[in-house]
Amino acid sequence: MTFDDDPTSLQPVESAISPNGSRSLSFDPGAPLLEVEHLSVEFPSDDGPVHAVDDVSFTVAANEVLGIVGESGSGKTVTSMAILGLLPKRARVRGAVRFRGVDLIGRKEKEMQAIRGARIAMIFQDALASLNPVFKVGDQIGEAISVHRKLPDRAVRDRVVELLDLVGIPQPRQRADQYPHEYSGGMRQRAMIAMSIANDPDILIADEPTTALDVTIQAQVLEVLERIQERTDSSILLITHDLGVVAGVADRVMVMYAGRQAELGSVDEIFYDSRHPYTLGLLASLPRLDRGGARSQRLHRIKGQPPSLIFVPPGCPFHPRCPAAEVPGRCNTERPAFREIGADHRSACHFAEDLDREQLLAPEPATS
Amino acid sequence: MLTYITRRVLYSIPVIFVASFLLFAFVRATFDPTAHLRASRTAAEAIKSERKRLNLDKPTVVQYSDWLKKFVRGDWGTSERTHERVFAMIRRSLWVTTQLIFWGVLVSALLAIAMGVYSAVRQYSALDYTLTGLSFVALAMPPFWFGLIAIQFLSADLKNVFHLQEPLFYSIGLHKPGVTGLNVDYLRHLALPVMTLTVQIVAGWGRYQRAAMLDVMSADYVRTARAKGVPRRRVIFKHALRNALIPLVTVMALDIGVLFGGLIITETIFSIPGMGRLFFDSLLRGDATVLVSWTVVTALFIVLFNLLADVAYGWLDPRIRFS
Repeated sequence: MTFDDDPTSLQPVESAISPNGSRSLSFDPGAPLLEVEHLSVEFPSDDGPVHAVDDVSFTVAANEVLGIVGESGSGKTVTSMAILGLLPKRARVRGAVRFRGVDLIGRKEKEMQAIRGARIAMIFQDALASLNPVFKVGDQIGEAISVHRKLPDRAVRDRVVELLDLVGIPQPRQRADQYPHEYSGGMRQRAMIAMSIANDPDILIADEPTTALDVTIQAQVLEVLERIQERTDSSILLITHDLGVVAGVADRVMVMYAGRQAELGSVDEIFYDSRHPYTLGLLASLPRLDRGGARSQRLHRIKGQPPSLIFVPPGCPFHPRCPAAEVPGRCNTERPAFREIGADHRSACHFAEDLDREQLLAPEPATS
Repeated sequence: MLTYITRRVLYSIPVIFVASFLLFAFVRATFDPTAHLRASRTAAEAIKSERKRLNLDKPTVVQYSDWLKKFVRGDWGTSERTHERVFAMIRRSLWVTTQLIFWGVLVSALLAIAMGVYSAVRQYSALDYTLTGLSFVALAMPPFWFGLIAIQFLSADLKNVFHLQEPLFYSIGLHKPGVTGLNVDYLRHLALPVMTLTVQIVAGWGRYQRAAMLDVMSADYVRTARAKGVPRRRVIFKHALRNALIPLVTVMALDIGVLFGGLIITETIFSIPGMGRLFFDSLLRGDATVLVSWTVVTALFIVLFNLLADVAYGWLDPRIRFS
């Protein structure tokens, strides 16, 4: 088997996923790429179940970049691990994750193995910890290929060099023989990206791919991701806590809070017409150079701490920290529905339509 | 890697000098090679001439340097107990002990790795709890007790219960008189002492391997391997085990070095003429010439296996190898 010189036309994986045919699932090419419906994940703990993800639904269309934003513990990573079936056994997963019409929840390990890395691939946050320290980078990328298709070593090797070249690693042939600790931080993350796109997957889940990197390197890695996405037509699920990253790359944005969805909409809707106080709080807390007088103003902050996922506040989980909350009232008694408030724009706020954006976005006056 | 090994070898040299001098001085200070002459009628005269012959009248440092020169040439003196050449005695004992250590370590390492991997992968399963419990029992049993129990139950009782002419497992030596080589007789002799040795070391190593494996199984790179679609078995035995072996191999190397001088009880119980027996017999008779060489040889083994531990660590971990 040979590879085309043009990296945009990578070999399709369909034929190679199941050499023996026994572990293949029959996908419907006409069905939506990824549909997550009412996904809930609970972890048992001594203090009661931890509601890591609570009733989350969204879709990812082909060739789309969906940004998932939220602070630590908001359920972003658990959602992505649930999609790949990588959660520990003790996790209780409910709902559906349909890939091309096939529900992946509760699938056999063998069936999931054929999907992981081939149809849905993942890029992790800490590339140094995520690469095996005792194997050469090239061999680790090669393994991602060889577990999914039978290829001669020579072809795997050529493909690895091609992939390293594609993500912008200089001297890819020599670099393939080096160990992860010999790479710089940015190069490691590029190698992770090369590994994830090795089989031309339909979906790339990038879990905080730039968090551990310097700002300049972050921009380079994002640029690589964008280029890859344009060339390979894959969809990207970009998980981050950085709204700046999302603004530049994503088509749509989902904001999560305490394991639930707060808001979902196009990038423009989220940034310019947000209809959730939590999203507005996040936006207001971004340091902005264009708003002048930065020194006279303190950065906006959202008061309080994110809630415990064992004892989630009743009603809207954000109400104790929400400047627009009506307490006592609907906000602390009635769980807000994640409802449609515009074409493909959803918000989980009782007062989504009536929010005073100017007030919520107003910077805090300097107090000292 | 070569620089790394060279550096480690160079570090070992002063350690050997200091250790051998201290051992020499301690043996000289505690054992009098002329003690057996005290009972004779011309004791004073005899002791004086013997002291002169053995250079005991010179300062310790001079004695040490003379001894060292001879030691390096292989002239380790003559035993006061058996009047045999010490070099030949230690070489013979060392070979016997090496066989015991080889089999004991082989069995223990395989068992410990299997136990550790299983216990980590099936953490909190019934067998994990059982293995944990057995490990603590094994750690709590002194080898002299376990050795005697093994002889009673597995050698004597087994023979009586089945009305055998000879015991299935022997409890004396490594061969029947006149038999040599790697054969069934050898294995029947080895079984109980190797079992006693294994019980001493497998529990610790197994616990160690379990901890290392648990640590590695939750590492990010194991998750990466799974996210690539690597089958679970291969994730465990390739990605995880390869990393979890690094600390175990280091600990094993250090432990093996100690074993060369540390099998005194096991060898005594099973009448195996190894290093432990040689030490015990020489100690009882105050055989200073043997004791000096014996202690230095065991110290050399500890230094050697410390060195091997470092080399193995570098060999297994590219982060060490290339820095």
